[in-house]
Amino acid sequence: MNPKLSNRIAISILYVIASTIVVILAALLGFIIISGLPAINWHFLTSPARAFTAGGGIGIQLFNSFYLLILTMIISFPIALGAGIYLNEYAKQNWVTSLVRTAIEILSSLPSVVVGLFGFLIFVVQFGFGFSILSGAFALTFFNLPLLTRSIEEALAAVPNEQREGGLALGLSKWETVIHIIVPAALPTILTGVILSAGRIFGEAAALIFTAGQSAPALNFTDWNPFNISSPLNPMRPAETLAVHIWKINSEGIMPDAKAISSGASAVLVISVLGFNLLARFVGHRLFKRFTAG
Amino acid sequence: MTKLLETRDLHVYYGQNEALKGIDLSFDEGGITALIGPSGSSKSTYLRTLNRMNDLIPNVTITGEITFRDQDIYAPQTDLVTLRKEIGMVFQQPNPFPFSIYDNVAFGLKLAGEKNREYLDQVVETSLKQAAVWDEVKDHLHESALSLSGGQQQRVCIARVLAVSPQIILLDEPTSALDPISSSQIESTLLKLRTDYTIITVTHNLQQASRISDRTAFFMNGEVIEVDDTKKIFMNPARKETEDYISGRFG
Repeated sequence: MNPKLSNRIAISILYVIASTIVVILAALLGFIIISGLPAINWHFLTSPARAFTAGGGIGIQLFNSFYLLILTMIISFPIALGAGIYLNEYAKQNWVTSLVRTAIEILSSLPSVVVGLFGFLIFVVQFGFGFSILSGAFALTFFNLPLLTRSIEEALAAVPNEQREGGLALGLSKWETVIHIIVPAALPTILTGVILSAGRIFGEAAALIFTAGQSAPALNFTDWNPFNISSPLNPMRPAETLAVHIWKINSEGIMPDAKAISSGASAVLVISVLGFNLLARFVGHRLFKRFTAG
Repeated sequence: MTKLLETRDLHVYYGQNEALKGIDLSFDEGGITALIGPSGSSKSTYLRTLNRMNDLIPNVTITGEITFRDQDIYAPQTDLVTLRKEIGMVFQQPNPFPFSIYDNVAFGLKLAGEKNREYLDQVVETSLKQAAVWDEVKDHLHESALSLSGGQQQRVCIARVLAVSPQIILLDEPTSALDPISSSQIESTLLKLRTDYTIITVTHNLQQASRISDRTAFFMNGEVIEVDDTKKIFMNPARKETEDYISGRFG
């Protein structure tokens, strides 16, 4: 076979593979969104779910998903940032560092249902947090931490060494160089990583079933005191999220419009995750432009 | 008369490998000294020991003495922050921080706690003027320094060093990543600075060394072969190795 022909064959095979992936994704998204879209309206997005009658919404679940996401980020981002800075800027190449790296890799490959069960034993039972947003946020932190740490570490590693030398040559300490130069320089990439991991957290169900719980008690959206049990901000209340709600409707939903609600909720979930991805691109691009071209 | 900066019997080892084999050099106030020599002659290593940038490299051992205004800079009580403000450094690759031009130049002062806006404005302007880049950037001081060309970036980096008013400026092949026009702009900038600052520059460009420097030190294999007035080194070198290198017979 001559090289020209083999090249052409290779290229066509690669094209076929690439377009297959795109087609699968498009079909999947198209199916979910088209079948879910008719169910979505303002009432659906804002009203509480109903267990036995038709006409329920996903308002509380949607709020829970976002609240859980924010709490998880508040807990996991500082830890991941610290770990990323340590691994990339300070850690020496020795067995301790490779132990830490291996631990992070193992943590990231744990099945989320195992993380959920572990969270159940530790936070729900042992620490007595009960089925609560807080338990869920801690479980999701386990789930999120390895990937976030890795993406922050990579973002820092992408900052050229000349920047570090420049800082040190100006008489900055290593810590000042990291905080005032390296982290700001890596910020666009770090933010992209944060938003992408937000998408993953948002869609997570298995780790939450046993930690944040499967019930969504009615909330009083006029009461913003986090210590009241019906307040949306109370971190100690059980909180079924959107992804858990979808799972639950499909396994034991007995309301007459279960199918429509499930499709609608799935579409909302997928659109939100897509939104996170687009936002990540947009924010990363904008920040990059601001830093490089005024 | 005491020297501004002096190294005596300076040895640097990377692990077992001896990179500098006993360097005795001294620098008076003012003027430009060029360090030339073939690749691997450790002239950059020498430059980087002068503001202790080599401290960062693992496995490095430094013996001998470096005195700056009669103070041993490797003494335990040396304050690295002060030292590196007194002895600034410009690198081969322009490395402005990903901030605005203004913030780049004001960075050293701001971090040292300077808050007076008028004073900062003034220092930024003076430094950029000294670095001969003010006219090109004065209308967009608050745009990112990364949007500038390589030559402009390098001059902003020089301004960044000047802003903390150092005594000595070390330059590690400051023009080797730049095009000829930007290089000659940097050269004329350095020539303007030579009366107020003591400048030590590593260069691979022999024409550049002969154009801008007052004194030249020829390095080879971790040793200083010859150091003298630039004119003498280029017209009438005392050592055979120097002559061979200058005339392009090796290196």
